[in-house]
Amino acid sequence: MDSYKHSVSLDVEKCKGCTTCLRHCPTEAIRIRDGHAVINPDRCIDCGECIRVCPNKAKKASYQKFDSIRDYKWKIALPAPTLYGQFDNLDDIDYILQGLLDMGFDDVYEVSRAAELVSAYTRRYLKREDVKKPVISSACPVIIRLISLRFPSLCDKVLPILPPMEIAAMLAREKAHEEHPELRDEDICVCFISPCPAKVSYVNNGFAGRKSYVDAVISISDVYFALLGVMDKRKEPPPVSQSGMIGIGWASTGGESSAIFNDKYLAADGIENVIHVLDQIEDGNIPELEFIELNACNGGCVGGAMAVENPYIAKARLQTLRRYLPVSRNWLYNNGDESDSWIPDAYFFEELPTYQPFAQLSGSRSESFKMMADIQKIMERLPDIDCGSCGAPSCHAFAEDVVHGEAKETDCVIRMREQIRQILAQQKGGGQDDGK
Amino acid sequence: MSEALHFHFNVDGENFTSAGEASVQVKKKLRQLGMPPETIRCVSIAMYEGEINMVIHAGGGNADVYVNEDEIVIVLEDHGPGIPNVELAMQEGYSTAPETIRSLGFGAGMGLPNMKRYTDDMKIDTVIGTGTTITMKVYVK
Repeated sequence: MDSYKHSVSLDVEKCKGCTTCLRHCPTEAIRIRDGHAVINPDRCIDCGECIRVCPNKAKKASYQKFDSIRDYKWKIALPAPTLYGQFDNLDDIDYILQGLLDMGFDDVYEVSRAAELVSAYTRRYLKREDVKKPVISSACPVIIRLISLRFPSLCDKVLPILPPMEIAAMLAREKAHEEHPELRDEDICVCFISPCPAKVSYVNNGFAGRKSYVDAVISISDVYFALLGVMDKRKEPPPVSQSGMIGIGWASTGGESSAIFNDKYLAADGIENVIHVLDQIEDGNIPELEFIELNACNGGCVGGAMAVENPYIAKARLQTLRRYLPVSRNWLYNNGDESDSWIPDAYFFEELPTYQPFAQLSGSRSESFKMMADIQKIMERLPDIDCGSCGAPSCHAFAEDVVHGEAKETDCVIRMREQIRQILAQQKGGGQDDGK
Repeated sequence: MSEALHFHFNVDGENFTSAGEASVQVKKKLRQLGMPPETIRCVSIAMYEGEINMVIHAGGGNADVYVNEDEIVIVLEDHGPGIPNVELAMQEGYSTAPETIRSLGFGAGMGLPNMKRYTDDMKIDTVIGTGTTITMKVYVK
C-alpha cells in the first residue's frame, strides 16, 4: 500500500514539542519525537485539527501558491462557496468572481453550480430501489478517509457520486475546450480555491480509482488577501454568478442535506461528533434515515483550516448573500420516464472506499493477539493519566508504541520518577533498615 | 492457541450518554486484532444493545469480553430485577421499559432479539430479584 500523501507540514523551528496537537488529534496520529510533533501518515485523516490548535503556529497546511500556476495559458478558478462568506459588506457574489479574473485567472467556474447538480443527482440516487440507506455524503474527504480506516461496515453506504469540486473541475475543463478549441489539455490549469487541507490531499492522492480533475489547489486565505487588493466595489460587475441558494448552502452544515428535499436526514459537524454518529450508525442505533451529511470541521466547510473568517460569521454572511437567490440555478429536467433516474457514468466513483486496516497491530492475527496481551501487561504498570509527557497521546497509545518498538517503557516520566525514588530510598536506606 | 484476551468494562447505570462506550472500545480492540469487519459489526451491535438493556433495566452492570482467535465471548452481568418471562422478552416488540425511557427512543423491544440475531449463541441466566447474566458468542468467520 502506498503511503497517503498528506497536506500538513511542520515548521520545526516553531514547534516547541508541546502536547496540544497530540491531545486534539482524533486518530492518535501524532507523537512528539525529539522535541517535535511527528505525524503518522497511515493514521492521519487530514482533518486539520492540529493546524487549528497549534499555539505556536508551527503546523501549516501545504498548498500551491498562485505564482506557481501563473505560466499556464488558461487558468480556471474554482471558488468553493465558503470563499463568498469571507468578505464584510458584500451583497453580490459577482464582485468576487470579477475579482478572481482581475487577480489573474482567465475564467471562473463556481463549485456551487456543480453542488446544485450533485444535489439533483443525489435526489435521483436516493429514489433508486437498490440503494442501501442511510446514504452517507461523500463530499468531505476527511469523512471518507475516516470511514475507510475505522468503519469498514459503512464503506458501502457512501454516496458514490463525485463531490462538487470534481464535477466542477470536469465541467470547467470541458467548457474551456469548447470555448477555446485552440487550447491543448496541458495549457489548462483548473485551480480549486479551498477552505481546507483535506482537499489538497484528495487532489494529490486521487480518490476511489480516479485521478482528480483538479490540477492545483490554493487556499482561501491566500486568495482572500489577493482579492482585497483588486476587488473594486465602485464598479458594477458583470452578472456571471450562476449559483442559487442550494449551491451556496453547501458551504455550511445542513446545506447539502436540506437540498435532498426530504426531512429524513441527519447533518453533523465537528470531528468528534462525526465519529460518534458513525459509531451509532454502525451499531444500528439511529432512526430510519435516508441521508447522512457529515463534515469534519465545525460549522461545515466554512470552518476549514484555510478559511479566514470565523465559521459562524461566514455562515451568517452567506445567509445574507443567499437571501434573494433562486433555490437553484442548475436543475435537471424531468421527462416523466426512466431517464429521470439517469445519472451520468462520469459522475460516479470508479470504486467505493475500501477498508484500510491500518489499526491492526500486526499483519498476522496471532501476532496481533500476542501484542495486545503485551499491551495489557504494560498498561498495568502505567499510571493511566494520559499526561502526554512521553510523547504519546495516552498511556494506551504509549503501550502500543512500546510493543511496536517505537518507545521504551522508561520514557514514561511517572515510571521514571518511581524508579528514581526507589534508587534514592535504597541509597538513603543503606544499612539503616529504611528507618522502620 | 494462546490464552483469550480479556477486556472488562463497567457499565454506568445512571448515565445514558455513556451507554455504548464499552461497545466502541471493543470495536477498537477488535480492529487492532485484525478481526473481519462483519464480526466486529456483530459484536458491536450485540454489545451496544446489551449495554443499553443494563442501563434501562438493571442500573448498570459489568461487561466482560473474552477474545479468542476463533470466537468472541461477551458476558454481561447485572444485579437488576431479573427477567420474569424470558420467552416473552425474546419476542420482537415486547418491552417492559417505562414510558420515560421509551420517550427517549429506547425500549422498542428489539434489544434481546437483536442480540440473538447478531450472535451465534446466546444464553440467559436470570434469577428474579438477583440479576441476569447474558453470555453471547460470536464465531470469527
